[in-house]
Amino acid sequence: MTNPIIQATIEFLKAFWAPLLCGVAIVAVLPLIVGYIVLVERKLMADMQARLGPMRVGPHGLLQPIADAVKLLIKEDIIPDNADKLVFWLAPVLSVGAALLSLAGLAIGPAFQIAQDINIGILFVVGVSALGIFGIVLGGWASNSHYSLMGALRSSAQLVSYETAAGMALVSALLFTGTLNIKSIVEAQSNEGIWFVMLAPVAFFTYLVASIAETNRAPFDLPEAESELVSGYMTEFSGFRWSLYFLAEYANMIVVASVATTLFLGGWLRPFSKVHELPGFHLLNLLDFVPVLLMVAIGVYCLQRTPKQPTRVQQMFMFAVAGLCFVLGLVLLVPVVVPIAKPFYAGIHGGFWFILKVSLYIYFFMWLRFTIPRYRFDQLMRLGWHFLIPLSIVNVLLVGVALIAGSYFHLQGWGLLLVTTPAAIITLIVAFLILAIEKEHGAPQDQSAASDFYAG
Amino acid sequence: MLDKVLFYFFAGTAVASGVLMVTRRNVVHSAIFLITALLATAGIFLQLRAEFLFIVQIILYVGGIMVLFVFVIMLVNLDVALQQIQFARQRWVGLFVALALAAQVSFMFWTSGKMPGQGLPVLTAAAATKLPPNSEAVARSLFESYLLPFEIASVLLLVAMIGAVVMAKKRA
Amino acid sequence: MLSIEHYLFLSLALFIIGVVGVVTRRNVIVVLMSIELILNAVNINLVAFSRLYGDVAGQVFALFIIADAAAEAAVGLGIIIAFFRNRETVLADEMDLLKW
Repeated sequence: MTNPIIQATIEFLKAFWAPLLCGVAIVAVLPLIVGYIVLVERKLMADMQARLGPMRVGPHGLLQPIADAVKLLIKEDIIPDNADKLVFWLAPVLSVGAALLSLAGLAIGPAFQIAQDINIGILFVVGVSALGIFGIVLGGWASNSHYSLMGALRSSAQLVSYETAAGMALVSALLFTGTLNIKSIVEAQSNEGIWFVMLAPVAFFTYLVASIAETNRAPFDLPEAESELVSGYMTEFSGFRWSLYFLAEYANMIVVASVATTLFLGGWLRPFSKVHELPGFHLLNLLDFVPVLLMVAIGVYCLQRTPKQPTRVQQMFMFAVAGLCFVLGLVLLVPVVVPIAKPFYAGIHGGFWFILKVSLYIYFFMWLRFTIPRYRFDQLMRLGWHFLIPLSIVNVLLVGVALIAGSYFHLQGWGLLLVTTPAAIITLIVAFLILAIEKEHGAPQDQSAASDFYAG
Repeated sequence: MLDKVLFYFFAGTAVASGVLMVTRRNVVHSAIFLITALLATAGIFLQLRAEFLFIVQIILYVGGIMVLFVFVIMLVNLDVALQQIQFARQRWVGLFVALALAAQVSFMFWTSGKMPGQGLPVLTAAAATKLPPNSEAVARSLFESYLLPFEIASVLLLVAMIGAVVMAKKRA
Repeated sequence: MLSIEHYLFLSLALFIIGVVGVVTRRNVIVVLMSIELILNAVNINLVAFSRLYGDVAGQVFALFIIADAAAEAAVGLGIIIAFFRNRETVLADEMDLLKW
């Protein structure tokens, strides 16, 4: 009986060893990456608040994430008294599992995708990341605490509400591609020669707002803010369990940024990528050197800061970082100038541009966090249901009409802007109309009856 | 071979989760087991090369309907109900009738393969590579042949949405 | 080799488990969840036959069943919430307002 199972396992491993290895690599490296994203956030927060941030652990605080990880791992694991032990264990696992599984469907550059060539590409990513809601709800319930449960219910209500708006925004962009396959979506943007953010700007804006709400980031972070329900559903989880929730939140941020990059910002395409295929020399092809120049600039900056470090160890560390930047610059330079390495151009430069765009999207998330105050919960729900969902539905309708008009006049590429810009303008007018109607009816700020159960 | 292993894995998970769901005292545990049963069903859909239905099952059933169930369970969760008898008075009769039904239908399956000239067809795995892309085929079918049921389903969902909101609203 | 019988027996097993749940349990939420299990069993059946005959109509039918199940779950849970607000119970035995 065991022989067929062993045979099937060997068959599976022979066929899928490469994606499996990539998957294992990502799961192993992701906690480190998330740790450094948190460090970047803290440094950014410090910069916007006119202070320095973590500076003690390692040069300029670069070893802070490792110290944090060690601290979380050696913390005591506290389980509340009457908590349901099985569900208490299961909840963070569900959150992290959903986030990591949806990472498997994404393509970082044309050469790096774990679940390759799925027919339902982007729908898979969006659908599986929605499974993380159970991690939140079950975590709040298993904590056996009223405040955790309320925080969990609020958080999941928020997630479910903004999922519809996000999905409709994605549909508006998918109208241009005709397929759900991730590589085909980026290929469609390459063929048209224009990124979908310019063809469907309102959809991009809707997805931006909805994705901030989907990942529980400020200004929609009421369920987990410290001054509110004492960090909501995560309250009773300590040490490693809490770090799993944290990991899930930042992995969700990466997933959401990657989906937006793939669908709206041209995935792994360089700006003006169609020029690359034309024979001969073009001025715009000099954009190929931008990654190299960026890496070299960072390396030079690190070299300049090296003599100013307080101790010898930190100076050597900074020198090593500068060397790493120069090596990366060299790796990015080789496929551009050396003719033999031309096939690697798409993979390496594609990966760089993709990571750059994802980083810009996440930087915008962080920027918003430190700038805008929090939404109250009923304001949040009102924004989702009364504004974003009607807006995204109207947007799908108008983009569809624009596409039909475009194919009637045989427009392609940049020509589609002629039909989609009026559609975007009409959508904006509709948005202002909705806002005006809402203001007329007024948010029930002075009414005594609670507008919904979850507002307490 | 891989097909068979996957099928038995998902089928075993689905049946085990179903049995566990029906017998748990704690309703939240039942909901969790229903979630695993639905995920296993989605796995069966994937194994049958129905990718679009797989992801629709996960988004709608697991990510939508089960979230709704879990919400309602947490709103009506009574500690009192946990201590009372979980099974109705007619449990043995019900179980007997269900098992009789099961025996009847499986006898029908068993014999229809054995009658001469009336064998049940075999699902061939060879046809998998010649299948058209699943999402496109379903979309084409939905918008060409089955447009009327599609519109009726949307009206049905609208009616259900209005009904649910009206019924769950607090009397002002 | 997997034949259609495998899927038919799986579908039958899930259907019977769902029927046992509907008939046997007192908690109406568990009854509703068992109904969802029954609908899933039917879906497996439909998709298996759709794969057998190469006709995508089975999958489209299963899609409509899923949409229908969503509508029915929403309305059913709304009824349960409304009843719970009045009578504070979710046990089927105690929902006997129409008895003489």
